[in-house]
Amino acid sequence: MIGDEEIAIETTLNGKPLKTRVRARQHLADFLRQELELTGTHLGCEHGICGACTVLIDGRTARSCLTLAAQISGHAVETIEGLSDSGKLAELQAEFIARNAAQCGFCSSGLLLTAYEVVASGAQLSRSEIREVISGNMCRCTGYHAIVDAIQAVMTKGRC
Amino acid sequence: MKARNFHYIKPASLAHALRILANADGEAVPVAGGQSLLAGLNMRLSAPKLLVDIGDLDELRGQSRTADSVRLGALTRHADLLTSDLVAQDLPLLRTAAPHIGHLAIRNRGTLGGSLAYADPAAELPACAVALDASLVLGSLLGEREVRAEDFFKGLFETDLRPGELIVAVKFPIQPAGTRVAFAELSRRHGDFALVGLAVVASMQGDRLDKARPVYFGCADRAMFAPSVAAAITGLRPPFDDDSAFAPAIRQDLSPDDMPGLRADTRLHMATVLTGRVLNSLSERAAA
Ligand SMILES: Cc1cc2nc3c(=O)[nH]c(=O)nc-3n(C[C@H](O)[C@H](O)[C@H](O)COP(=O)(O)OP(=O)(O)OC[C@H]3O[C@@H](n4cnc5c(N)ncnc54)[C@H](O)[C@@H]3O)c2cc1C
Ligand code: FES
Ligand code: FES
Repeated sequence: MIGDEEIAIETTLNGKPLKTRVRARQHLADFLRQELELTGTHLGCEHGICGACTVLIDGRTARSCLTLAAQISGHAVETIEGLSDSGKLAELQAEFIARNAAQCGFCSSGLLLTAYEVVASGAQLSRSEIREVISGNMCRCTGYHAIVDAIQAVMTKGRC
Repeated sequence: MKARNFHYIKPASLAHALRILANADGEAVPVAGGQSLLAGLNMRLSAPKLLVDIGDLDELRGQSRTADSVRLGALTRHADLLTSDLVAQDLPLLRTAAPHIGHLAIRNRGTLGGSLAYADPAAELPACAVALDASLVLGSLLGEREVRAEDFFKGLFETDLRPGELIVAVKFPIQPAGTRVAFAELSRRHGDFALVGLAVVASMQGDRLDKARPVYFGCADRAMFAPSVAAAITGLRPPFDDDSAFAPAIRQDLSPDDMPGLRADTRLHMATVLTGRVLNSLSERAAA
């Protein structure tokens, strides 16, 4: 049996430099939640299907359950906490709330980050294209319609 | 679930990575995007002793073109296939196939080399590589060798990769002017692996199909070139409103297994419908 090996990493987390040691086998979601108490990143399936664990790595959405904490060394990670505090998600959050697009909220951080990636890219998408974009984020409450409405509303305003 | 314990190392160079792999007695596994490997580790389907993180190696990146081929580094992400001008220009088949791979976040991390090395029989990129007659550049401490995609895929998740070898890059031959490509797949939900999929690269003789390379995926143990279908459609003039010209050939080339919820016969029917659609959509756009 291999003992827990620790790996030194240097990364940028939510805009701030972070130098620490992580366990080799710990995935990024557990590292964020258990070591840093950033529990806005959720864990559903832990094998890439549900999207609850979505974070941004170098500005692009990624599954934090399919990324080792050790792999983020040299890369920038943003989580729901950082993007909320910076105000970058304010428009999307307001539209989600206005339409009840977050109910239990389990999926919401992942969906907001996925929506943020495309809205921030400046893309103007049709409803079916928006559905394609969020197809990797499962929501068991809303039926998605309100989520698509919310994303479309922010996209039409052309800002995030 | 959580992965079993393992050691982790991020080598500083390709040479370093190859040295580690060569000295590991088959106990080391490379990780690129991690989008297949880490899912398997979390589910404890595999438990390697050492993970060698090749995800930041510059030697495995890059896209370039020579007179006769386009070379894509093994770390080319699925998402890059959607934004690369070179791919749009010279490899439209990859551009068309990429949106079918998983979801946005998966495409942002998953890599070309990882997809080919994993050799999922239902994956899109192995089928495109076979259809385009690509060659894989495999590197090890002994040097480099090139293997044609059709020879690289040996069976279910099985490839010609030898212990200590990495996919360094993939070389796609430039297709002659006028080459047409088409791609489609049937899956239950968006982003799922295909139940049946088809990539075709074809040249035309006037308004008739001349040489065609149809490659099916999701219905055999690997991406499969279908020789009888290729022969059956040669000389035909699209569009096809009748599948009798190629339906028997499909049954000759493919023998899918029954699986829960999907009988082999249904799969063959799906393959036949899909073939009609793909041949009819053989785009006007040239692949070269
Ligand atoms: C929810 C979900 C849906 C998906 N849907 C699809 C889909 O519809 N179609 C599809 O094709 N894929 C799909 N995938 C898989 C995805 O495309 C993977 O990215 C791809 O199969 C592997 O690429 P990777 O870079 O992530 O490889 P990794 O997971 O890092 O590695 C996969 C395997 O390849 C080996 N390897 C990686 N790179 C190299 C290299 N350069 N040389 C030698 N060996 C190497 C590793 O050792 C490992 O055995 C899905 C994944 C998930 C989680
Ligand atoms: S927990 Fe990562 S995708 Fe479900
Ligand atoms: S709001 Fe409950 S899962 Fe989406």
